Amino acid sequence: MLVSMSINGQTYSHDVEPRLLLVHYIREYAELHGTHWGCDTSNCGICVVLMDGEPLKSCTTLAAMAEGHEITTVEGLAKPDGTLDPIQMGFHEMHGLQCGFCTPGMMVTGRWLINKHPNPTQMTEHEIREAISGGLCRCTGYNNIIKSIRWAAAYEANAAGRR
Amino acid sequence: MAMQTPAPCDYSRATSVDDAIGQLQALGGNARILAGGHSLIPMMKLRLSNPGHLIDINPLEPELNYIRQQGNEIRIGAMTRHRDLLESDLLARTFPNIFAEAEAVLADPVVRNRGTIGGSLCQSDPAEDLSGVVVALKAIAVVRGPDGEREIGMEEFHIGPYMTAVQSTEMLTEVRFPIVANHGSAHEKVERRAGDFAIVAASAALGIQGGIIKSAGVACSAVGPTTMHIGRAEEALVGQAPSEQLFAQAGEMAKEDCEPSNDGRGPADYKRHVAGVLTTRALSRAAATALRR
Repeated sequence: MLVSMSINGQTYSHDVEPRLLLVHYIREYAELHGTHWGCDTSNCGICVVLMDGEPLKSCTTLAAMAEGHEITTVEGLAKPDGTLDPIQMGFHEMHGLQCGFCTPGMMVTGRWLINKHPNPTQMTEHEIREAISGGLCRCTGYNNIIKSIRWAAAYEANAAGRR
Repeated sequence: MAMQTPAPCDYSRATSVDDAIGQLQALGGNARILAGGHSLIPMMKLRLSNPGHLIDINPLEPELNYIRQQGNEIRIGAMTRHRDLLESDLLARTFPNIFAEAEAVLADPVVRNRGTIGGSLCQSDPAEDLSGVVVALKAIAVVRGPDGEREIGMEEFHIGPYMTAVQSTEMLTEVRFPIVANHGSAHEKVERRAGDFAIVAASAALGIQGGIIKSAGVACSAVGPTTMHIGRAEEALVGQAPSEQLFAQAGEMAKEDCEPSNDGRGPADYKRHVAGVLTTRALSRAAATALRR
């Protein structure tokens, strides 16, 4: 069947099997390898991408279900000129990754949390932990991931203050 | 690691509820309705479910995602997502606080963005939190098929693990919850890690007027082949004044009447003990909420 969707602002269209999972469409058809494929059972949250701004586990979604929707992957976070998104800067500044395997899912989920939170600089630790509770860090580096998300929220607030 | 992929199947999108039912009829029992997909797709990957055809009802979300009051009922559309249930002011006001408590511990926020009440109930996983909530609240499932609509009480709806009363040419469209005066409710859960299925969960709802329990709903999850309705505890509660002693007795009945098995989540006698403790706690908190109203 023919499936078309927007990924990071670019339209992709392919003839695929109906059973194809979105994560494999993104990696093998769109050839965007930033989205990792982890547990395959919707437990680990590594494959999280945004669909119309809301996070979903792309290993538990058929590519066909994304027809006509806008997908954002980790590659879509940075600006086209290569300037990193604050969430990416935060993971860099606060050492939010060790092996890096969960990082794409964590950054996309963190981006969503800051986007939807009414007052991101006032996020409680519980709110951040709850938001990323669908993601597993095999290195158990959660504390630095939390600091990274908090760093990004503070950076954005400061940047907005400077403007 | 072996890649988990569903078996080959066909796929189509529904344009309306009637269209979905027409497709189910045309496909003669070989099709499944696909909503959020967060139960069905993992089952298909494990090849525990092998439908030849999926009918995607996500396009029907505008028609089937709602939470509204109609007369003395709350009606929830089958495509209402878990996140909508968690964040609903109407549910929080009408049924404090069972929806918020169960949804806060059901899977994780990303899964809750996609999973639906209809999908959860049709999956009929005996360890699922929301199934306990609907039993405790004495909900009615509305199922539509080629011959029109029928209403099914929750005890008839869940007929076994992963089995419901929904026939192959029918789909669940709505869940109706009777509004109870002076209602208080609670959901208690013990799990191995955040977002996991329950080792044991207990759901309790009470209506208390003039210091007397007028209505009671008690259900336990993950301790039987389907969500366990603890009817004996309900009968013992109604007509009595709420007390810790009464709730301890009801907990004992849950402990006796549930049917847990030994598995990776724990031995049966441990689960039985936890079912009793959680039932007592849920009733106690439900009563405190009802008495504050």
